[in-house]
Amino acid sequence: MRPGSGAVLALSLLAGLAATGLARAEDAPQATPQACEVPAYLLGTDSVLPKVTDAVKNGRPLTILVVGSRSSTIAASADSAYPAKLQAALKEKLPSIQINLSVELQPGKTAEETDTTLVKLVEAKRPTLVIWQTGTVDAMRSVDPDDFRGAVGDGIAALQNAGADVVLINLQYSPRTETMISVPPYLDNMRVAAQQHNVPLFDRFAIMRHWNDAGDFDLFSTVHGPDMAKRVHACLGRALSKFVLDAARLDQAQQN
Amino acid sequence: MSSIADPVAATPLSDSKAAAAAAPAIALPVAGERELRLDLFRGMALWLIFVDHLPANILTWFTIRNYGFSDATEIFIFISGYTAAFVYGRAMLQAGFVVATARILRRVWQIYVAHVFLFTIFLAEISYVATRFENPLYSEEMGIMDFLKQPDVTIVQALLLRFRPVNMDVLPLYIVLMLFLPIILWLMKWRPDVTLGLSVLVYALTWQFDWYLTAYPGGFWIFNPFAWQLLFVFGAWCALGGAVRMSRILSSPVTLWICVTYLLFSFFVTLTWHIPQLSFLMPKRLEQWMYPITKTDLDVLRFAHFLALAALTVRFLPKDWSGLKSPWLRPLILCGQHSLEIFCLGIFLAFAGHFVLAEVAGGAFMHALVSLFGILIMWGVAWVISWYKHSADKDASKTKRTGGNADMAGGSV
Repeated sequence: MRPGSGAVLALSLLAGLAATGLARAEDAPQATPQACEVPAYLLGTDSVLPKVTDAVKNGRPLTILVVGSRSSTIAASADSAYPAKLQAALKEKLPSIQINLSVELQPGKTAEETDTTLVKLVEAKRPTLVIWQTGTVDAMRSVDPDDFRGAVGDGIAALQNAGADVVLINLQYSPRTETMISVPPYLDNMRVAAQQHNVPLFDRFAIMRHWNDAGDFDLFSTVHGPDMAKRVHACLGRALSKFVLDAARLDQAQQN
Repeated sequence: MSSIADPVAATPLSDSKAAAAAAPAIALPVAGERELRLDLFRGMALWLIFVDHLPANILTWFTIRNYGFSDATEIFIFISGYTAAFVYGRAMLQAGFVVATARILRRVWQIYVAHVFLFTIFLAEISYVATRFENPLYSEEMGIMDFLKQPDVTIVQALLLRFRPVNMDVLPLYIVLMLFLPIILWLMKWRPDVTLGLSVLVYALTWQFDWYLTAYPGGFWIFNPFAWQLLFVFGAWCALGGAVRMSRILSSPVTLWICVTYLLFSFFVTLTWHIPQLSFLMPKRLEQWMYPITKTDLDVLRFAHFLALAALTVRFLPKDWSGLKSPWLRPLILCGQHSLEIFCLGIFLAFAGHFVLAEVAGGAFMHALVSLFGILIMWGVAWVISWYKHSADKDASKTKRTGGNADMAGGSV
């Protein structure tokens, strides 16, 4: 129920009616990039990324480390997953800056289990920015939400102490498993942890749900191939690049 | 007044005085006469729980969790405590501890069987999804189906109430609460206020020492019974004369204003969740103190929100309000009167609804349609059940159902 007002409701109703039509249109080979607008309120944040801002302003290379579980990649097509798309989008928007991006997958690990490796990773790679996607494994194992919040908080603190900016990414919107995985406590606790440590939170869940409601993607569908996953990740990478630039307060200065 | 408040309360003198002094807020239902407000609000809670279990749609905007901290679960557990205490409290007075306990255990068994039945349906749904759904986007989330690989363990854990799929947490909570009902009632018979005090103590200790029940394959009970018992016992306490004794507090204008202020505050806070643009209005300090508002441990803010809602309801909706007899509220009341059946049906319909949305068509229109249809089905089934009770089983019910049946006050779930 994130979408806001009555107007949004009316719009999503219309979008829903149109969705069947859109779904049919998707069968046709796609020449144009997927339409996946993200409303501004889902991309805005009060928290900042001072180290990223600093690096870009001074023309230093921007080193990004993505730490995540399996939803940060697409099996057999890692190049189409959102981290690679983020790198491409940042390169396009910051042509004068060198963008180094590496991905450290921690499949099947809870936030607490990831905590222990975070510092080592940061020491090895010296990133300017760590993008930490977490919560899915904790939700699936129904880890105590308080412990989860503590673990996320500890992880953020460790990363910040090691000298990196942090962006959190929460869970995917996964309507098919809604009856099996209880997601809300983990979304709430990630929001709290982000707030407490003043870290920007990329609300992947709300964004994907928005796309589903607006008819951009039918996330219920039982597609078998990797095509849809690729398109969703492309959109996520683009949205994430906007989010990072916005949090680093770079969007205006660099683009014009 | 032929209520059970006086005989149950251990201090009948002061009780009856208080009762006489103030107009009763929740007057105890006279024997044989239904308290329609309980049915009405339980029916409403059942509808809301159903709608909240479906993916978000237009009807979701009518559920109370969008307008404050507490939601339908609080209403449901409170009313369950109230009616259970009312029905089995009477049985305990008339037939004694052993008989009342036996009846309660029979009810527990019914709820348990209902839960296992729902679990079977759930398994069927999951297995179907697991074999059909292969979106690489969700390869990680689909890992949740891994439990299907070891059905021996999973099913035993489900029978032990330790493996509970999402949305199937209320019945296990209710089973545990009902198991303790004999002791609760026995204590209430002795000293209702002390019992409530003990319940508050357990609640406080739960928060202090972080007590919880573990679940399978990991984690904990989504509704912590150590915390949620507070609502249940509070409901029982109200049923056994507490509401009457509170009536002076309930009718005071100070209470009214505190409730209104708190509800407005909570409404505003909830508004900032739905309209993130407003969140800058929230003081950071307040956010850090307040969040997260946990449902698992029945956060004090949630409990207080429920109390405020209940206080206003009791104040502005008198027991003899003519609207309770209106045909417009009839569907709600009917559903509330057969709550165990309708609750289970609601869980089933939520599964089925997910299935329809996934298999047939998505989209906002379809979502709303599924919710509406579900509610219509709940109403229809409630009507059929009540037809059975009143017409088809008439002879049987005369001989069998004499006192102590949970349906006297609208079923005990």
